[in-house]
Amino acid sequence: MSLAELICPAGTPAALRTAVDAGADAVYCGFQDATNARNFPGLNFTPEELAEAVVYAHAKGTKVLLALNTYPPAGKVDLWRQAADTGARIGVDAFIVADMGVAEYIARTHPGVRLHLSVQAAASSPEAIRYYCEHFGVKRIVLPRILTIPEIRAIRKEIPCEIETFIFGNHGLMVEGRCSLTNYLTGQSTNMDGVCSPASDVEYTRHADGSMSSQLAGFTIDCFGPEEKAGYPTICKGRYTAPHRSEGYYAFEEPVSLNLSRLLPELIDAGVHAFKIEGRQRSKSYVRGVVSAFRRAVDDIREGRPADIADLIALTEGQKQTQGAFETKKWR
Amino acid sequence: MTKLTLGPIAYHWSAEKRRDFFARIADEAAVDEVYLGEVICSKRAPFHEADLPVTIERLERAGKTVILSTLAEVMLKRERKATEDLAAMHAPEIEINNAAGLYARGRRAHRIGPFMNAYNEATIDWMARQGATHVCLPTELPGEAIATAARNARQLGLGVEVQVFGRASLAVSARCYHARAHGRTKDNCQFVCEGDPDGMPLRTTDDNPILRVNGIQTQSESYVDLLPETGRLVADGVTHLRLQPQAVDMVGVAAVFRGVLDRALGMEEAEARLREICADTPFSNGFYYGQAGYRRIANAASH
Repeated sequence: MSLAELICPAGTPAALRTAVDAGADAVYCGFQDATNARNFPGLNFTPEELAEAVVYAHAKGTKVLLALNTYPPAGKVDLWRQAADTGARIGVDAFIVADMGVAEYIARTHPGVRLHLSVQAAASSPEAIRYYCEHFGVKRIVLPRILTIPEIRAIRKEIPCEIETFIFGNHGLMVEGRCSLTNYLTGQSTNMDGVCSPASDVEYTRHADGSMSSQLAGFTIDCFGPEEKAGYPTICKGRYTAPHRSEGYYAFEEPVSLNLSRLLPELIDAGVHAFKIEGRQRSKSYVRGVVSAFRRAVDDIREGRPADIADLIALTEGQKQTQGAFETKKWR
Repeated sequence: MTKLTLGPIAYHWSAEKRRDFFARIADEAAVDEVYLGEVICSKRAPFHEADLPVTIERLERAGKTVILSTLAEVMLKRERKATEDLAAMHAPEIEINNAAGLYARGRRAHRIGPFMNAYNEATIDWMARQGATHVCLPTELPGEAIATAARNARQLGLGVEVQVFGRASLAVSARCYHARAHGRTKDNCQFVCEGDPDGMPLRTTDDNPILRVNGIQTQSESYVDLLPETGRLVADGVTHLRLQPQAVDMVGVAAVFRGVLDRALGMEEAEARLREICADTPFSNGFYYGQAGYRRIANAASH
């Protein structure tokens, strides 16, 4: 059986301490700039904060993974290299990377630090994964959220590295690292700036009939009845019309979040080494609730008890949930 | 001399439509290089791959360089096999769009496709050392970064390509949105995408055209048009300008770009002709200026 490490989000120093205290095996975080894919205002760490966080985490036996998982545009590569140098100096346990130039730099300059391949690299076949393992010494692949469990099991047998999968949180629909939807509407790039549907471009408009619409950069992404709760305008979860769908429909996906708690035993059995909880943008109390609940569930499974996932179901009460691609290929 | 290329057809055009299209391209289009092959959906390939040898021969006889492009998404057995088979070919050249292709190709010469995320000089330098001879930059890369990337790539002896016409690829997914729109799944899609030779339009609920669906791919509603920027692209070291095939008169589009490159056509007239060919489709160049991709920025410094 794999170790089933629990990898938890840390958007702020306080969230990091919360995740560590709640039983995270590792936390992942980023600097306050474009070098990571959650470059949101008010989130992330200064080098000083990260240094303190590493001391705190290591004292409790928790690893710290630094996300450097965006793609530097030409002329700005130094920012990513400096972030890697700073992370290595501070003593992070691994870098999570996507760009080949960044991976190559770290492999050459900081060969002692583990490299994890970010979901943003979109490596979804044994051959693609082996490319990164053989050239850059990647030790773990964060798999895209597009594979079924039998497919994950098959991949595991053909690659020389560990597998990490997302189990909970936001459910991205597009292949990560290949999506320019936000840049098309806002001028800020997910790949280069670490930005997805930025809050600064979001507006909600209340109409005379009591309905509400949500906009991103002036484009209507969804609309809600007077009694409905308005969701955040993410382009791939918006409602649109098509020539034969004049009523408006969720062209890509409904606004649902991923929850694989019921599939945990199967994922462990398939050889998944680590489970990632999404949500560096989420609050401390959210992090505490989710991490503690998953800690209990994973410990139950490790010790051969049926996992108690009631708390995890309660956490997402009222929200639509999905097991996404993991359960059946009919999702595609 | 700057080369004009025709990118791989993104849509599910029927075999007959493709035969007619490439016959006209071979005979009439002012493009130097043509990319063939299925990049978006592995289910479509059987419909047209039998024609490939004839199409290649036809285009090469007309003096065009032919390059075969690999799939952007590689996950299923048939996709891994298709990628491996292409990577094993000696001729023609191949353009790789997924790391699985890089793995299979090893250090043998190849081109880097626009889905390969060659955003910067460090990555391009790495790719060149692994056998890349040519790189197509990501469509969202702004002009300043294009200039830096192109300068570095030229020093390494690489060809540098930028898409200057056609819908931008904005996303790919494991899910087929054409099938979903028709209440089907990818496995029983019945190839509904064939009905939308220029993509299926999505509009916001307040009727603002915004995106196009092409199977697993999401594209821009607007056509990228970097005609006014061609002078700067060439001055900055870009060697190849890519025209993405749309359901419009592509021979006419190529003639307009060739005319501007050869300075045989004034910018105002060229833009007017392109406008006429593309009817009501909006043009955009926002990505080039580091702004929202759908925007059309007036270029005061065009030359």
